[in-house]
Amino acid sequence: MNSSLPWLVLLAPLLSAALITVFTRRSKKLSGFLSCAAVLASFTGACVIFARRDASAVALNWIDFSGIFTVPFGFVLDNLSRMMLVLVSGIGALIHIYSLGYMRDDEGKSRYFAALSLFMFAMFGIVLANNFVMLFIFWELVGFTSYVLIGHWFERDAAADAANKAFITNRIGDFGFMLGILMVWMSTGSIVFADITPRLSILASHPAFLTITALLIFCGAVGKSAQFPLHVWLPDAMEGPTPISALIHAATMVAAGVYMLVRVGFIIQASHTALLVIAWIGTITALMSALVATQQNDIKRILAYSTLSQLGYMVMAIGLSSNNAAIYHLFTHAFFKALLFLAAGSVIVALHHEQDIWEMGGLSRNLSITFVTFLIGALALMGCPPFSGFFSKDAILALAYEHNMSIFVVALGTALLTAFYITRLLVVVFLGHPRSHAARISRESPFVMLGPLIVLALFVIVGGSASFTRRFVVIPQEMGFFESVPLLAMSALVLGAGLAIASYKGHGSETFDLDLLRRRFYFDEFYRWLIDWTQELLARISAFFDRWIIDAGAVRGASGGTWGIGSLLRLLQVGNLQAYSFLFGLGIVALIYFAVFR
Amino acid sequence: MLPFIIFCPIIAAILIMAGVPARKTALVASILTLVMTLLAFTLFEGGQRGFQDVTSLTISADWGLNFAVGLDGLSLVMILLATIVTAAAVWFAGKIDKYENAFYACLLLISGGAIGAFASLDLFFFYAFHELALIPTFLLIGIWGSGNRSAAAWKITIYLALGSFILLIGLILLYQSVPVASRSFDIRALQAAAATGQIGAEAQRHVYLLLLIGFGILVSLFPFHTWAPEAYASAPAPAAMLHAGVLKKFGLYGLLRLAVPLLPEGARYWTGLLVVLLLGNIIYIGLVTIAQKRLDWMLGYSSVMHMGYIFLGIASANILGTSGAAILMFAHGLSIALLFAIAGEVRKRTDTLLFDDLGGLGKVMPFAGLAFGLGAFAAIGLPGFVNFAGEVMIFFGAFQNGWEIERFHIFQVATGLGLWGVVISAVYMLRAYRKVFMGTLGARCNNLVDLDRSLRLPVTLLVAALLWFGFFPQSFVRIVAPAFQTYFSDNRPP
Repeated sequence: MNSSLPWLVLLAPLLSAALITVFTRRSKKLSGFLSCAAVLASFTGACVIFARRDASAVALNWIDFSGIFTVPFGFVLDNLSRMMLVLVSGIGALIHIYSLGYMRDDEGKSRYFAALSLFMFAMFGIVLANNFVMLFIFWELVGFTSYVLIGHWFERDAAADAANKAFITNRIGDFGFMLGILMVWMSTGSIVFADITPRLSILASHPAFLTITALLIFCGAVGKSAQFPLHVWLPDAMEGPTPISALIHAATMVAAGVYMLVRVGFIIQASHTALLVIAWIGTITALMSALVATQQNDIKRILAYSTLSQLGYMVMAIGLSSNNAAIYHLFTHAFFKALLFLAAGSVIVALHHEQDIWEMGGLSRNLSITFVTFLIGALALMGCPPFSGFFSKDAILALAYEHNMSIFVVALGTALLTAFYITRLLVVVFLGHPRSHAARISRESPFVMLGPLIVLALFVIVGGSASFTRRFVVIPQEMGFFESVPLLAMSALVLGAGLAIASYKGHGSETFDLDLLRRRFYFDEFYRWLIDWTQELLARISAFFDRWIIDAGAVRGASGGTWGIGSLLRLLQVGNLQAYSFLFGLGIVALIYFAVFR
Repeated sequence: MLPFIIFCPIIAAILIMAGVPARKTALVASILTLVMTLLAFTLFEGGQRGFQDVTSLTISADWGLNFAVGLDGLSLVMILLATIVTAAAVWFAGKIDKYENAFYACLLLISGGAIGAFASLDLFFFYAFHELALIPTFLLIGIWGSGNRSAAAWKITIYLALGSFILLIGLILLYQSVPVASRSFDIRALQAAAATGQIGAEAQRHVYLLLLIGFGILVSLFPFHTWAPEAYASAPAPAAMLHAGVLKKFGLYGLLRLAVPLLPEGARYWTGLLVVLLLGNIIYIGLVTIAQKRLDWMLGYSSVMHMGYIFLGIASANILGTSGAAILMFAHGLSIALLFAIAGEVRKRTDTLLFDDLGGLGKVMPFAGLAFGLGAFAAIGLPGFVNFAGEVMIFFGAFQNGWEIERFHIFQVATGLGLWGVVISAVYMLRAYRKVFMGTLGARCNNLVDLDRSLRLPVTLLVAALLWFGFFPQSFVRIVAPAFQTYFSDNRPP
C-alpha cells in the first residue's frame, strides 16, 4: 500500500485529465466533478504520505540503454517533497473548488478542468522526481499546462499572445537548464540526484566549470520562477482565469523554480560565484518588481508584480545559502498569495470582470468577507506580525543582514515598497467611495468561492505560529543578536503603509505619475526591439537568401546545367507516366550494367 | 509475414488500377498491413542482434540477385511508421474529384515502395523499391496538386532524380570497393566485409561523401532542401503526409543502414562537414521557418529543420545518438503527417493558408484545433510525445562525443546550438498556431464546419502512437539499440 501511494497521488490527476479529454468534453459538470475528485484523492494520499514517514515507491526505467544511459522514473520522498505534496495538493484542491464557482458558466469549462488536472499531475511530478531528466519532463509539462490555461480565452488576442510569450520565455530558460543537465551528466556520469552527490568532487576540482554548470541550471529557475531578466511573461500571464493566476502563477508553478534550486542544492550551493549571482538576481527582481507594482492599475497585475518580488526574496535566500529560509517563505507565500488572488478574483467577479482599481472603491461594505480575507492576506504579505509572512520575510532579512549588507539594504527598501503598494491597493479598492456603477451595486460572491478564501485565511493566521509551521518546514534558527532586523522591518512597514494611506486616502485618482514604473521599465518595448533587430531580421534575411540565392542557384544549376539535359527534361511532360518509367528504367539498366560488367 | 506486409499495398494498388472500388480497397489493405505490422512488432524478439523473419528468394544466381527481406529493430520501427501513416493518409484522402483510382493506387504504391525499401536486405531491391515509391509522389503533385503544381512537381522530380542518381553512383562504388571475392548485393554480406576491414579507408571517404549527398538530397539536407517546402505546399495532403512522414526517411534510413555502419572511416572523415550542414538545417532553416507567411510553407520548412536533429543523432555515431535518430524519425513522421493532414483540411475549407487570412479557427473548428495543437506540441518536443524521447537521446548521444571537461568541442557546440533550435521551433510553431487557431476570427473563417466525425479515427491513431511510445519509449529502445550495438560503442562518462 505504501509503495503505491505516491503513484496514486501522481496518476489520479492524469487519469482525470485523460477521461475529461476523451469522454466528458461535452458534459461540463461531470468534468469539474472528475477533476475535483482526482485532486481530493491526491490530497488524501499526500496527507497519508506526510503523516506516515515510511512511504516509498517502486521505481521503473523510462529509458534504459543498459550501462550507457538510464532515465529512471523514481521518486524522492524526503521531508521537503512530502511537504510540497501536501502544499500543492491542498492549495490545488481549494482552487479546484473555487473554480467550480468562478468558471461556472464558461464555455470551455471542460478544457479548463482537463488542463488543471494535467497541471496537478505535472506539478506532483516535479516534486517527486528523483533525477534531472524526469524533473525536466514535468518541468516542460507544467509550462505546457500554463500555456493552455493562460490562453484559456484564446479568442482574445491578448490572452493568445500572453500564452505564447510564457511558453517561449520558459523555453529560453530551459535551453540553459538542459545544457546544464548535459554537463552534469557528462562530468559525473549520472542524472540521478542521489548518485551525483557522492561524485561531486569531480565537479569541485573544476571551479569554473562548476560555476557555469550551476548558473546554467539556474537559468531554468530564472524562466520558471520569472526572475529578471526573464520575468516579462508573468505579468502578462494574468490574462488567464484568476484561479489559475492564484494556483499556477502565484502559489505553485512559479515556486517550482525555487523548489528545483533547493532540490539540486548540492550543485548550486557548491559554487560561491554562482551563489553571488543568484543572490543578486533575486535582489534585483525583488526591488524592480516592487517598484513597478506601486504604479500599476490592474488589480491582478499588481499582485503579479508582488509575486515576482516575493519570488525574488526566495531566490535571494538561496543565493545567501539558506535553503531553509527560501522554503519557509515559499510555504507561507503560497497561502497568502493564493488568498490574495482568490480574493481579487472574488472582487473581479462581483464587478463583472472589471480589473481596473480606479473603477472600484468602497468595496469593504458590499464585499465584507472578501475584504476581511484580502486584508489578512495583505497584512501577511507586507510582513505584519503575527501573520505568517512576518516570520518568513524576517528570516530572509536577518540572513541578508548577516551575510551581505548591500543586499540587506535593498531587501529592506523592498519591504517598504511592499507595504506601500499593497496598502495602496487596499485603500483604493476597498476604502473610500465607489467610483463606478458596478462597484456600487456589487454583491458578495457565492459560498463555493468564499469557502476556500476563509480556509486560506485561517492558514495564513495559524501559519504565523511556529508550532504549526514547524511540522512542515524547517524554521531557520532565530538569531537573537539581530534584534534590530525585526525592528527595522517593522519601521519600513509602518513607513510604507503610512505613506500609502497619506497619499491615496480620499483620492479618486493616481497621486504620483511615474511613467518609467507604469511602463515597467520599458522591458517589453526593449525586448520587442531586440527581437525585431535580431531574430526577425535574421529570419527575414535567411528567408530572402534561401529563396533568391540557394533556391534560384540550385535550380539553375540542376535544370540548366547543360542544354542537353535541359531540353531532354523539357520533352517530358509532367504527369506523363511513360517519362517517369523511362527514367526509372534508366536507373535500373545502369545498375544492372554495373552488376554484370563488374 | 514480411512479404505480405510489403506486397499487400502493392497488390491492392494493382487491383485498384484494374477497377475495384478504390477507397474501400485502399482502406482495407492499409489497415490489414497495419495490423500485420503490429503483430510483427509484438512477435519481434527484442534484445537480439541481426535480422529476424528473413525471406530470401534467388532471382538470378548469375547476377547474384536475391530478393531478400528481413527485420531488425531499425527497419521494424520504420515499417511501423510507414503503415500507421499510410492508414491515416488513406483515411484522410476522402473523395477525389478526378482519377480516383489512380490517386489511391499512387498512395498505396508509395507505401509499398517505402516498406519494401525499409525491409530489403539487398542493395538492388533497396534502391528499386525507393524508386518505385518516388514516381507516384511526382504524379500526385503533378496531377492532383494545388497552386503552382507543375513547377513544384518539376522541381521535386529534378532534385530527387539527381539525388537518386548520385546515390546510385555511390552504391555502385560501394559495391566495387569491396574485394572481388566478397562482392555482393546482400547488405549482410557487405556488413561482414566491412566488419573485417575489407573496405579501404580511401574508398570509404569517397563513397561516404557520395552517399551523404545522395541520401542528403532525398532528406532535404541543407543546402539541398529547397524542393521540400514548395513540393509539400503543392502536394495534396495525403501525398505530403506520406512523403514528408515516410518516404523522406528513406535517406536517413540509408545513412543509418549503409553509410555509417559500412563506412565508419568515411563517416569519421566527413563528420565536420555533416555537423556544419545539419546546423544549417537546425539554425538557418529554423530562422527561415520563422519568416514564413503561409501555414503549408511553414510546415514544409519545419520538417526540413527537424531533419537536422536526426542528422545530429546520425553524426554522433554512437548507440544512444543513432537510436535517438531512429526514434525521432518515427516521431517526426507521425507528427508531420498529422500537421499536414489538418492543414489540408483547413485549406479545403478556407481555400487559403496565408496567416493573414486566417485566425480564431479554434472557435469554429475545435477538433481541428485540438488535433493541430497536439501535432504542433509533439513536433516541438513536448515531453509525453515520442519526439521528446528521441530528442533527449540525440542530445545526450551527441553531447558525449569527444567530451573533455572544461572544453567544448564540435559536438558540444552543435548540441548547444541544437538546443537553441528547440527555442526556435517553439517560436515558429506557436506563432503559427496562434495566427491560425487563436485570436479573433479571420475574415474568411466564418461558418466553417469542423472536421468530419469519421476523421477522429485517423487523428486518434496518430496521436495514440505518438503518446504511447512517448510514455513508453523503452518499447523502442529495447529493439532499436541492439540493431546498432554491432557497429557502435559509446564513450561513457567516468
